[in-house]
Amino acid sequence: MTPMLAQAQEPMTRAELLADDPLWLILLKCVVVLLIGPILTIFLIVWERKAVGRMQNRTGPNRVGPHGYLQSLADAIKLPFKEQVIPDTADRKIYFMAPVIAVVPALIGLAAIPFGPEVSIFGERTVLQLVELPVGVLLVLAGASIGVYGIVLAGWSSGSPYPLLGGLRSTAQVISYEIAMGLAIIGVALYAQSLSTGQIVDAQQSGWFFYLLLPSFVIYLISMVGETNRAPFDLPEAESELVGGFHTEYSSMKFAMFFLAEYVNMVIVSAFATTLFLGGYLFPFVGADSPLNQGWLPVLWFFAKTFLLLFCFIWLRGTLPRFRYDQFMKLGWKVLVPLGLIWVVLISAVRAIRNDGNVSTGQILVIGGIVIAVIVLLSLLLPEKKVPDSDSVPVTGGGHPVPPLDLRVPETTPRRKALKAKARSSRKQPAAVASAKEDSDGDV
Amino acid sequence: MTPMTPTTPLLAQATAEATVSTGEAIAFWILGPLALAGALGMVFARNAVHSALWLVLTMLTLGLLYLAQQAQFLGFTQIIVYTGAIMMLFLFVLMLAGRDSSDSVVEVLRGQRLAGALLGVGVAGLFATAMARGLADVTPAAPLDPWSPEGGGAGGLGRVIFGDYLFPFELTAALLITAAMGGMVLSFTTRHGKGGRKTQRELVEARFRGEYERPSPKPGPGVFATANSVATPALLPDGSVAPESLSELIENTSAARLEEQRRQVAGDVPKPDAHALVAPDESEEGKGK
Repeated sequence: MTPMLAQAQEPMTRAELLADDPLWLILLKCVVVLLIGPILTIFLIVWERKAVGRMQNRTGPNRVGPHGYLQSLADAIKLPFKEQVIPDTADRKIYFMAPVIAVVPALIGLAAIPFGPEVSIFGERTVLQLVELPVGVLLVLAGASIGVYGIVLAGWSSGSPYPLLGGLRSTAQVISYEIAMGLAIIGVALYAQSLSTGQIVDAQQSGWFFYLLLPSFVIYLISMVGETNRAPFDLPEAESELVGGFHTEYSSMKFAMFFLAEYVNMVIVSAFATTLFLGGYLFPFVGADSPLNQGWLPVLWFFAKTFLLLFCFIWLRGTLPRFRYDQFMKLGWKVLVPLGLIWVVLISAVRAIRNDGNVSTGQILVIGGIVIAVIVLLSLLLPEKKVPDSDSVPVTGGGHPVPPLDLRVPETTPRRKALKAKARSSRKQPAAVASAKEDSDGDV
Repeated sequence: MTPMTPTTPLLAQATAEATVSTGEAIAFWILGPLALAGALGMVFARNAVHSALWLVLTMLTLGLLYLAQQAQFLGFTQIIVYTGAIMMLFLFVLMLAGRDSSDSVVEVLRGQRLAGALLGVGVAGLFATAMARGLADVTPAAPLDPWSPEGGGAGGLGRVIFGDYLFPFELTAALLITAAMGGMVLSFTTRHGKGGRKTQRELVEARFRGEYERPSPKPGPGVFATANSVATPALLPDGSVAPESLSELIENTSAARLEEQRRQVAGDVPKPDAHALVAPDESEEGKGK
């Protein structure tokens, strides 16, 4: 594994390049990284409203600015000036702290994401990344796991039942989906042989991980939606069940901060998925020394991939109904976690065999094929589970009168005969019409 | 391969040595008091959730202290596992217990406080001697290089855990699994046993068998009715008023006041002939509103 292909001329790793950044460059990067989140949030809200609007045959916001694209800017200016309503039963200190706890870790997460390769900023050679840690992946995960405290504490401190339920749901959700997410990331770490984000991107020069590690990618995609509390997994704020969930009692700037945290988290998990599975800033089908992968152009590829994932978030919201809570938990614990565990064991086994060196790819394929065939044959031996026929109707029992199975409906009934006879006689005697009409008036 | 030097005991001596960098010293003098404050706050907070939050602060600062000492993998794992998962579970349980529940001050086990105090003093003594030794005798370890496998990275740590310390690791795993299984066995109620939960399907069948009050949910007010106000009674398919839909709780529309409308909707009041040129009764309408 040679992770430093990008810097072939001068063997300087990303970490070394970042280490000799002057202070002004670090500050500049800090400001940019901090600004990416809020700016994308403002854009994402209006983009989401317009896209969901189009999916539902509406125009979406169309008043403020050209085609309504300045709507969320107007909202962002409006929200801080709205009145704050604080419930009497709120635990005030935690109630004030919760939005801050939700936002700050969310903003930190972008620091470890590599946006581009080596570039020169005002004559200073550096890479487009704030910090390169040997465990950058864990930094993003840690940020996500701290940020959830904001949601949980907001639910608890509001002092009313609906937010509390939202907070509880959020706790259970995060614990279960973080496990699935971690298992998905283990696959990537095993393949890249590193936990540093920059080296993971470099490791994908020979092939992006989303097709090399397809199960990991799928598990990550599902758990990232669960982790960010977005539809169809937005159970902590399910508006049809819990009013607004954890932020029911929040208003004004504090509410805006929850909004900011949610959208920044969306950006982070999308950027993270781009880094882990979609080759980061790399352009497909070309090597690292191609002009497409040099200089500032890769930033464009990075954001294109991120926006693709962000659109998937919006698309999901416009398409899928919300999960029921127990189904959601079942999906996490009974499908994603076991699948992730099996997949990790499989990858480890394949890597261990590969690293041994004596086994060729053909042999691995043949042995794998035999194993799969044996499993399929064994599964045929299992007795088939008897599926109860859901369409069957109980014929007897329950105390209700049930018609016999061989019931034949007669062609005519005595009543029908009588009606026909009546009609015939009335045609013969027009005088009877008046009395018949009076009768029918009484019926109606 | 040398086993990893444990990082925690280094904390105390780190500041005492002259080789400590300024940044690390500053980090220590900020984070150390914070960790201590968190621990004290946890002990003295009245509210259980506040107590848990103070503990979160301690765990977080410990993680940051590990980071300051270049044990980055350990630091982030501490944050993810302890603050992210374990304390979250604590909070979950405390929130379920309710915000107003307070500790009981009744001594349930006889002599518990005395034993607790004695053990506490003993542990404090152990810590004090360990600290004294740490401040006086121990030579500082060389700074770790987090990029090398020996420097506390995931690879080196994994090799140590699954090589040198495999048996303790497996023992811990067995202990944890036993605890989890015990918890599940104690709290598990089977669906098939008595008092077990029914599936949706079983519930529906039981309802139609007549084991419950009625097969369907109670009708919402306004269903089948002429208006969607909550004050409008629901109509059954034959046109009569569903008595369950009349809310006793809504003061303004007591059942007595609706009596007239009910009769009108149900068709008990004689109506003029459709061909009759008479306006609907004004006084009745006015009352209805």
